[in-house]
Amino acid sequence: MPDMPHRPHPAAPLAERPQHASAALPAIPAPTRRHVVQGLGTGTAALALGGLTAPPAAHAATEPGTPGASPSAHPAAHTHTARFFSPEDFAFLSAACERIFPADAQGPGAIALGVPHFIDGQMDTPWGRGELWYMQGPHRPEAPANLGYQLPYSPQQIYKTGLAGVVAWVQKTHQAAFETLPPETQDSILTALENNATQFDTLPAAAFFEQLRSDTIEGAFADPIHGGNKHLAGWTMMGFPGARADYMDWVDRYDTPYPYGPVSISGETA
Amino acid sequence: MAEKTLPPVDVVVVGSGWAGSIMAKELCEAGLSVVMLERGARRSTARDGAYPASIDELEGAVRYKLFQNPAQTTVTVRNRTDQEAVPYRRLAAFLPGAGVGGAGLHWTGVHFRATPQDLRLRSHVVERYGSKFIPEGMALQDYGVTYEELEPFFDRAEKVFGTSGLAYTVNGEVTGKGNVFAPDRSDDFPLPPLRDVYTAHLFRHAATEAGYHPYAMPAANASQPYTNTYGAQMGPCNFCGYCSDYACYMSAKASPNVNIMPALRRHENFTLRSNAHVLKVLLDSTGKKATGVVYQDAEGNHITQPAGLVILAAFQFHNVHLMLLSGIGKAYDPASNTGTVGRNFTYQNITNSTVLMPPTRSTDQFIGSAGGVAIDDFNSDNFDHGPHGFIGGSPLWVNQAGVKPIAGAKGSFPGAPRWGSAWKKAAIDTYRHSFTINAQGSNMAYRDVYLDLDPTWRTSYGQPMLRMTFDWKDNDIRMNRFVVSQLEGVVKALGAQDAHYGMREPGKPFDVRDYQTTHLCGGAIMGEDPKTSALNRYLQSWDVPNVFVVGANAFPQGMGYNPTGLVAALAYWSAHHIRTQWLKGNGGPLVAQ
Ligand SMILES: Cc1cc2nc3c(=O)[nH]c(=O)nc-3n(C[C@H](O)[C@H](O)[C@H](O)COP(=O)(O)OP(=O)(O)OC[C@H]3O[C@@H](n4cnc5c(N)ncnc54)[C@H](O)[C@@H]3O)c2cc1C
Ligand code: SF4
Repeated sequence: MPDMPHRPHPAAPLAERPQHASAALPAIPAPTRRHVVQGLGTGTAALALGGLTAPPAAHAATEPGTPGASPSAHPAAHTHTARFFSPEDFAFLSAACERIFPADAQGPGAIALGVPHFIDGQMDTPWGRGELWYMQGPHRPEAPANLGYQLPYSPQQIYKTGLAGVVAWVQKTHQAAFETLPPETQDSILTALENNATQFDTLPAAAFFEQLRSDTIEGAFADPIHGGNKHLAGWTMMGFPGARADYMDWVDRYDTPYPYGPVSISGETA
Repeated sequence: MAEKTLPPVDVVVVGSGWAGSIMAKELCEAGLSVVMLERGARRSTARDGAYPASIDELEGAVRYKLFQNPAQTTVTVRNRTDQEAVPYRRLAAFLPGAGVGGAGLHWTGVHFRATPQDLRLRSHVVERYGSKFIPEGMALQDYGVTYEELEPFFDRAEKVFGTSGLAYTVNGEVTGKGNVFAPDRSDDFPLPPLRDVYTAHLFRHAATEAGYHPYAMPAANASQPYTNTYGAQMGPCNFCGYCSDYACYMSAKASPNVNIMPALRRHENFTLRSNAHVLKVLLDSTGKKATGVVYQDAEGNHITQPAGLVILAAFQFHNVHLMLLSGIGKAYDPASNTGTVGRNFTYQNITNSTVLMPPTRSTDQFIGSAGGVAIDDFNSDNFDHGPHGFIGGSPLWVNQAGVKPIAGAKGSFPGAPRWGSAWKKAAIDTYRHSFTINAQGSNMAYRDVYLDLDPTWRTSYGQPMLRMTFDWKDNDIRMNRFVVSQLEGVVKALGAQDAHYGMREPGKPFDVRDYQTTHLCGGAIMGEDPKTSALNRYLQSWDVPNVFVVGANAFPQGMGYNPTGLVAALAYWSAHHIRTQWLKGNGGPLVAQ
């Protein structure tokens, strides 16, 4: 492959030119980054050069406004920092996420990963407001499950309704708040939700549980710029290198697993 | 809301994906004034693929940044005609594109030709197995165009897409270790094949050991820097694993945006309008001639664009929807088996098997591209169907397009717990040590599987939604189960620790909640008989001869391969006949009825 990033190409105006030479690129070990530069006769060379002049990872990670620097990694009721959820709702949410994704021998759990804050942040997005789903009626919640989601609830409404309902339901059935119960009891409550043992208004408990499970996974494994996956610990557990996105040198090294740890879009490394 | 009529142009092209871009380029080259209308936003690889921001699973594949937003327009779905169809409210099973480049911006890039048998499947089956072999209710048809006729256009498309691959024969001579079942080619692939990732390498060896014929999958991901027919440039694929659902930051994956638009924009007779949602094609009082289209712009104005020629290239089911809304051709009625618009609606019959390797080695599933290793031993009619009594087939392949952790964790090893510590361990082990083998199969057409207008739900534009009536049928379920079960020898040769064979289950209906593919086909098919096809062999409407309808809507049934290579070849084929015949004639039908 020719090494020609600087060669002006005759047909250059035809190529689309990425215009982000100043983007903060993650710190990629030299051998892999080399290939982004190498062999590009196109405008993508500009991108690669941007990588070479980008600030070192440590800088990028401490830049103001990096969500990785958001206030609390351990949302407990006494340090309430959620914007969308009330303290009671957030206490349930945090404890439930932690049972879905517990701290264990594999690595940190949902709370240390910032998952509850991730979900809180997602509420104030077009997705959270239901703007990415078709929400017009009439609704046919009784339609067969394989025909997909038919409830009139946006993600925000699933949480509002589900959390209000489940907090009251646990209080009634256990005379205590979910977050104060022992883990085995918490698990049996979550299993009951998963098995659709009740419903909150017209929201089936299982629909609420599935949303919670799905969003917990997203919070554990989405790029830390979205507020979860703190310190890239979710990716470290999974063995996912994050935004490296250049495996030119590793495609056919069949004897060697890929060796580098994860990096975030922000430049933060594990 | 204002109404406005613009000055007439020669051609209006609806949609800016592969089909629309190819047609626009060809018709601009013919000197015609072309207006392309795209309902979505302006998009470019430079902006939407910018590194590192685009390397974001949550935004790209979970929140569907580049896809159609169902809040604006979606479809309704049911399995059977005796059910009420309900809206497809959240994207999942299939992911239609929206915005300049269409799904071509965020497709993966697996780039196949069609097999000669698949293009004349009805005739082929009758010749080899007899007409009684075709089950009751199956609407098996020929395309009306042969592989030999399409070959130059497959070749042309590959040279525009910068396709990487390995030939078997070129002009009758064996030239390489390509797919032994592949039909002859007039030229080699423009680029050598992509390298095998680890899991594809494992599959290649195990498949050989099991007695099959593995080959490098052809992919429109440049294995080297490439300058295409139009002077557009591609960088080399670095196996970043962000083809599917994303724009390629290396400009290594072919897209209309990288491979055609730059050249198209240089034609002074070309105009692209984004945020222009076409509501319908306008017909004159005879109903036999289109006069243009009406579209809604971003401000809600209704704008009439008169044109002498209308190209529908809005994607398979949007094309059918626009035909139904405009009254182009007769709507299909399954009860009387009459009408053509909506019939032969098919999909891709895909299931995924998971192979768990021993914990001593990571499978590095995040490394990926549209390449991979496939076997065609059970695709098309490459094996004797006689003893099996079903029609169709399926390639088997490792097409590791880059597995990201959210998707990986949501779909951990089948049968494992769904949450808690045990799930966490299973999810991590599966992600680190497993890989997927897909059986991507054909799907036959049936009398009661079709598209029409929904009686209840409306799009945000106030028009009736398109209704899909779709289910898996016995022939296709048996085909899938047969082909997947042929994997046993491969799994044995792999030395796998565990394997889950993903198969269609009889009685389990089509489920819109699981992503399958966006390879929807048919609904406005090409053919030789105006009673059973909406389009003639040049993709021209039988009913309104100045309307051509380009896309996978033209496929009479779904094939094992991915559709876009055939969509592109059919677009070049259709454009060629518009340029060499239709423009020289009186604007009438290219095939007499
Ligand atoms: C994630 C993903 C991966 C894929 N991978 C592969 C693969 O590896 N190999 C393969 O062969 N195929 C693949 N496909 C399928 C492939 O993307 C399509 O076959 C191909 O892009 C279709 O091209 P098209 O031009 O027909 O339609 P599209 O690309 O969908 O373009 C149609 C355009 O028309 C616009 N439009 C629709 N309605 C209107 C209207 N009323 N007014 C104005 N504009 C309108 C749409 O917004 C869209 O931009 C994949 C698809 C997806 C989603
Ligand atoms: S894998 Fe290759 S073609 Fe696909 S997005 Fe990455 S660089 Fe582009």
